[in-house]
Amino acid sequence: MVAGKRKKQPIVTNDSDHIVTESAARIFADLADPQTINRLDDGAWRAPFWLALADAGLPLAWVPEQLGGAGASLADGFAVLGVAGRFAVAVPLAETLLAGWLLTRAGVAAADGPMTIAPSRPSDRIIFHADGTLSGSAIGIPFASEAQHIAVLVHGGEGIVVALVAASDCMVGEGQTLAGDPSNIVRFERVKPLRYARAPFGLDHTALMLMGSVSRSVQTAGALESILSLSVSYANERIAFERPIGKFQAVQHNLARLAGETAAALAVSGSAANTITQSDSFDEAAFLEGASAKIRCAEAATEGSAIAHQVFGAIGFTKEHVLHRFTLRTLAWRDDFGSENYWAAELGRRVAKGGAEEFWPMVASR
Amino acid sequence: MSRKLQFDQIRLPPTCDALRQEVRAFLAEEIAKGTFDPHRPGHGDSHDRAFSKRIGAKGWIGMTWPKEYGGHERSFLERYVVTEEFRVANAPVRSHFVADRQSGPILLKYAPEHVKADILPRICRGELCFVIGMSEPGSGSDLFAAKTKATKVDKGWRINGSKIWTSNANIADYMIALCRTSPPTNANRRHGLTQFLLDMKTRGIKVNPIYQMSGQHDFNEVVFEDAFVSDDHVLGEIDGAWKQATSELAYERSGPERFLETFYLMLELVRAIGPEPDTRSAEGLGRLVAQLHTLRRMSVSVAGMLQAGKEPVVEAAIVKDLGTIWEQKLPNRVRELTAFAPPEIANRVTLDEQLAFATTIAPKLTIQGGTTEILRGIIARGLGLR
Repeated sequence: MVAGKRKKQPIVTNDSDHIVTESAARIFADLADPQTINRLDDGAWRAPFWLALADAGLPLAWVPEQLGGAGASLADGFAVLGVAGRFAVAVPLAETLLAGWLLTRAGVAAADGPMTIAPSRPSDRIIFHADGTLSGSAIGIPFASEAQHIAVLVHGGEGIVVALVAASDCMVGEGQTLAGDPSNIVRFERVKPLRYARAPFGLDHTALMLMGSVSRSVQTAGALESILSLSVSYANERIAFERPIGKFQAVQHNLARLAGETAAALAVSGSAANTITQSDSFDEAAFLEGASAKIRCAEAATEGSAIAHQVFGAIGFTKEHVLHRFTLRTLAWRDDFGSENYWAAELGRRVAKGGAEEFWPMVASR
Repeated sequence: MSRKLQFDQIRLPPTCDALRQEVRAFLAEEIAKGTFDPHRPGHGDSHDRAFSKRIGAKGWIGMTWPKEYGGHERSFLERYVVTEEFRVANAPVRSHFVADRQSGPILLKYAPEHVKADILPRICRGELCFVIGMSEPGSGSDLFAAKTKATKVDKGWRINGSKIWTSNANIADYMIALCRTSPPTNANRRHGLTQFLLDMKTRGIKVNPIYQMSGQHDFNEVVFEDAFVSDDHVLGEIDGAWKQATSELAYERSGPERFLETFYLMLELVRAIGPEPDTRSAEGLGRLVAQLHTLRRMSVSVAGMLQAGKEPVVEAAIVKDLGTIWEQKLPNRVRELTAFAPPEIANRVTLDEQLAFATTIAPKLTIQGGTTEILRGIIARGLGLR
């Protein structure tokens, strides 16, 4: 028997000015509380949860009303993703938001129900044929096996196209992330899209990777907030050597480091989301901000998860404890839309190409 | 946790752009004149009184202070721009920086009117150098263990004891010293300390140099033997300095100087790996850029929150903790990333000189102005663990 507290712990979700985030938090807490669903063996909670999200207009928040969505701002959508991170939400909410955003940018009407996007790795390309079908394969597509539709960024002879395809028209493989969420290889073989349109100027593969990376960064920062909150609560409750372990300086310093990683993730992801909110033209500023967010949040996930597990000891890496729902997701998200290694190499090449004289002005411009 | 961590999305206002260009033009001119060499390490931490006076003439010292005391009533974000541009250029600011960042604000808050009217305008003109008299041979991080004694005499106080690790004491005009005026009480061990403004020319003050392993001389031991200070040079409440000592710390901790002192290493790294680096060098550089961007966004955010009247004490401590550790590791990261650079790269000599210097000053970064251990204690308290 492993010693340790097992009581339900509150997760901080306060201080939001936005009605959108408040209603999102209420739905997450009511229908997808991490403690509660961690105890359930089946996925019966999923359907009512998704229905409630859809009723609140959250999955299609980034789709304007005339295209069937809720028409929320980019800022509101990112705020929802932050709250979703705090609850380690395990349905394709971020993916559907991103799909809606991608389709909308090209003026393609979104579909109801769960969606995802492809590609989600920097090296994958889907090709558009002259006959209007598309081919190619994409690995690590999040929630592809649960999605009804996939928004695809396609490279055609005359430029980039955004297409909506039915998931049932594609070959979707098995696979899951560290956290057990679906992550599938998707093969498109002469798939005929339901609808498609030319992408607007500036919406390219890099733009999609950046938008996905910033979304994952915002989710990671939210999850780290909960990881920090859970860890501090546990350190204040768990008694060892006749006092709460949080009274030991070694534990305090570990938690201070965790707070530092959380703070860095919050600041840099918030900055990147703010940048895209101000202008979604995916220029040099967005590249610095988005790449930096993904790099630093992935580093924070690695460091922060390790610290939290150290604080919790044995109970923290059991199936029944809720911690893994947060830590494993932050670790899995590192690989989506370009890993920290990928973005660091890309960012490093850009800075090197610009040379020493352009380096500081670039940093100072943000 | 007592409250959530907060980093408001603060962007420097457009007024800062023109200011930044003005500062860059000024620095370029000074470099062209030979005032300092942006590539030579150590300059950013050295002093040049004449240069400080030219900075003062530009209105870039005491920028946020009231005009009646020689200040310029500009925002903390404008001061932020000036501070970071000077650090990035590796310009010598030691002569005025302590007064600008710390001593001036303390005087503004606690000095009598005639002292403020006399001293603050001179700080703003770049004429005065200040030294902080906190640490003692028997008290470093444990500030409240200070033993340097101030004894009440007619019209003032007699000071006896010694301060140590006092940067600038050898060149400074004034010290703000923390002295014991009463014993601590059982209820409050922080009770009994008072801050004094001391003229370094006062009889009974002796400065002995302490050389650092970098070869620099900025440390000193300052010995007081019956040094007299008049009553009107007491700063704030007698026996109550502990209430004052912490009020300005958020500014002191979270500024860009906490991670930009050796920025020249980043520039030399970019030069060393060239325009088409291999993957290892590119990735290493990219991580450093992302980490630096993150630190800067956090630091700007804290400056903006302070400007808005908030009290981001924990956030400021986090900026210093992360920033100083990042900068402390920087020399070795640059060393690693340039390890396979061809030996004939043009900037090898400069790079090696910078690495040698930065490596020898790196240990101080996580000690000065609040050690890592002290900062983590502050963060832990903010988290509700203490």
